[in-house]
Amino acid sequence: MNPINSDPVVPELLKIHRVIREAEDTFTLDLLPPDKTQSEYSPGQFNMLYAFGVGDVPISISGRSSQSGGWLHTIREVGTVTRALHRLKKGQTIGVRGPFGKGWPVDLAKGKDVVILAGGIGLAPLRPVLEQIQSHRDHYGNVSLLYGARMPDGLLFSQDRETWRGRNGIQVKVTVDTGDRDWRGNVGVVTHLIDRVKFDSLQTIAMVCGPEVMMRYSVRELQRFGVPTNQIFISMERNMKCAVGFCGHCQFGPSFICKDGPVFDYPSIQPFLEVREL
Amino acid sequence: MKSLESILANHPFFEDLKKEFLELITGCASNVCFKAGEFIHRQHADADRFYVIRQGKVALELCPPGRNPITLQTVNEGEILGWAWLVPPYHWHCDAQAVELTRAIALDGKCLRKKCQEDHDFGFELLSRILPILGQRMEATQIQLLDIYGSQQKN
Ligand SMILES: Cc1cc2nc3c(=O)[nH]c(=O)nc-3n(C[C@H](O)[C@H](O)[C@H](O)COP(=O)(O)OP(=O)(O)OC[C@H]3O[C@@H](n4cnc5c(N)ncnc54)[C@H](O)[C@@H]3O)c2cc1C
Ligand code: FES
Repeated sequence: MNPINSDPVVPELLKIHRVIREAEDTFTLDLLPPDKTQSEYSPGQFNMLYAFGVGDVPISISGRSSQSGGWLHTIREVGTVTRALHRLKKGQTIGVRGPFGKGWPVDLAKGKDVVILAGGIGLAPLRPVLEQIQSHRDHYGNVSLLYGARMPDGLLFSQDRETWRGRNGIQVKVTVDTGDRDWRGNVGVVTHLIDRVKFDSLQTIAMVCGPEVMMRYSVRELQRFGVPTNQIFISMERNMKCAVGFCGHCQFGPSFICKDGPVFDYPSIQPFLEVREL
Repeated sequence: MKSLESILANHPFFEDLKKEFLELITGCASNVCFKAGEFIHRQHADADRFYVIRQGKVALELCPPGRNPITLQTVNEGEILGWAWLVPPYHWHCDAQAVELTRAIALDGKCLRKKCQEDHDFGFELLSRILPILGQRMEATQIQLLDIYGSQQKN
């Protein structure tokens, strides 16, 4: 997928068409494309979003907007730049570079069962995968989404989850770390949901996205259920600057997360995940 | 109607259990049903039962003084509820409330303890099934304590 700008280090100015509130600390920016043909991307790719005068951060593309035809980015406010992005309003402009990186193995998963494990904001980079599966449902076997968040009010995309579950026969299981009396769903760790869905472990592609600790536990559980490690894919996060493999900022072992990832098959990064200092 | 023994034999917790052990367990078993919202047990009360969940969902809750109750975990169909009947002083550590209509087999804790004492092979078999579940739940609690969805320290 080619970046929108021929020079990948120069941001393109895009107007905000809508700001969608997803949860207390999470929002989606719907960006108006300068030209509809320029909003191509692969599920799992990311853009660098630049809040003027503050800085830029890597944010995954969380889908295509049915309203603007442009990219959606779902962002959790955690620090300086994401807070500045949260202050932006409809009609304002941001700088965008991308799309960058290698995404999820949606083609490799054709003809196989798919298990998607998402934690918190980790559902955002996986939403395009579920949308792709949804529009080519007969290309895939059993598909399940196992989604965990800290609290019920932090769960994202409830309408989408209903659509995936309803029309497309995707097994959707949700859990939270801590519930309250109003919550009628599951409480417990996301890995606990694995044995509640149907999949043929040897014929499964697993895609995992969430905080690193969650991904480690998820990979271990998937292995326990017999999914071969080379069929498990995870999306890594590291600080980025150039996003095109020049600056070395995102180096992780021998790989650059921006260029060789952010999605990796587990065996290729496992040795480095176990190094404490990385 | 299915007999208690055949219900127990088909529950994942008792998968492949020897028939003689199944008979011992059936001797301590009774069918129970809880409506949504009904408490199955309360914290600190006598833990005299062990439940094998057949259908429904149960929330394990803690009620810190002066604060709203929080659900720490849910237990679903195919799982078991309660281990406090095994460990003195046999008191429940939390509340258990049915989130939806829940059907279960209740096993009398005293009756089971007596049979475990009389037949150590039976006791060992039962413990070998309960301990991995306790281990998994302990690990789940550890993961919850890590607050894995909170802010990352390193990026
Ligand atoms: C390839 C890639 C894709 C990403 N996709 C998304 C996405 O779709 N949506 C999204 O919200 N974020 C996403 N992120 C993470 C996002 O880039 C960071 O949250 C952002 O860079 C934080 O910048 P900041 O200036 O707001 O926070 P900073 O000021 O840099 O950090 C403030 C505090 O937040 C903590 N923090 C930093 N990053 C994270 C994080 N990722 N999660 C939790 N706490 C963090 C820091 O430890 C620090 O305590 C992605 C990251 C990568 C590498
Ligand atoms: S961010 Fe510069 S090399 Fe990856």
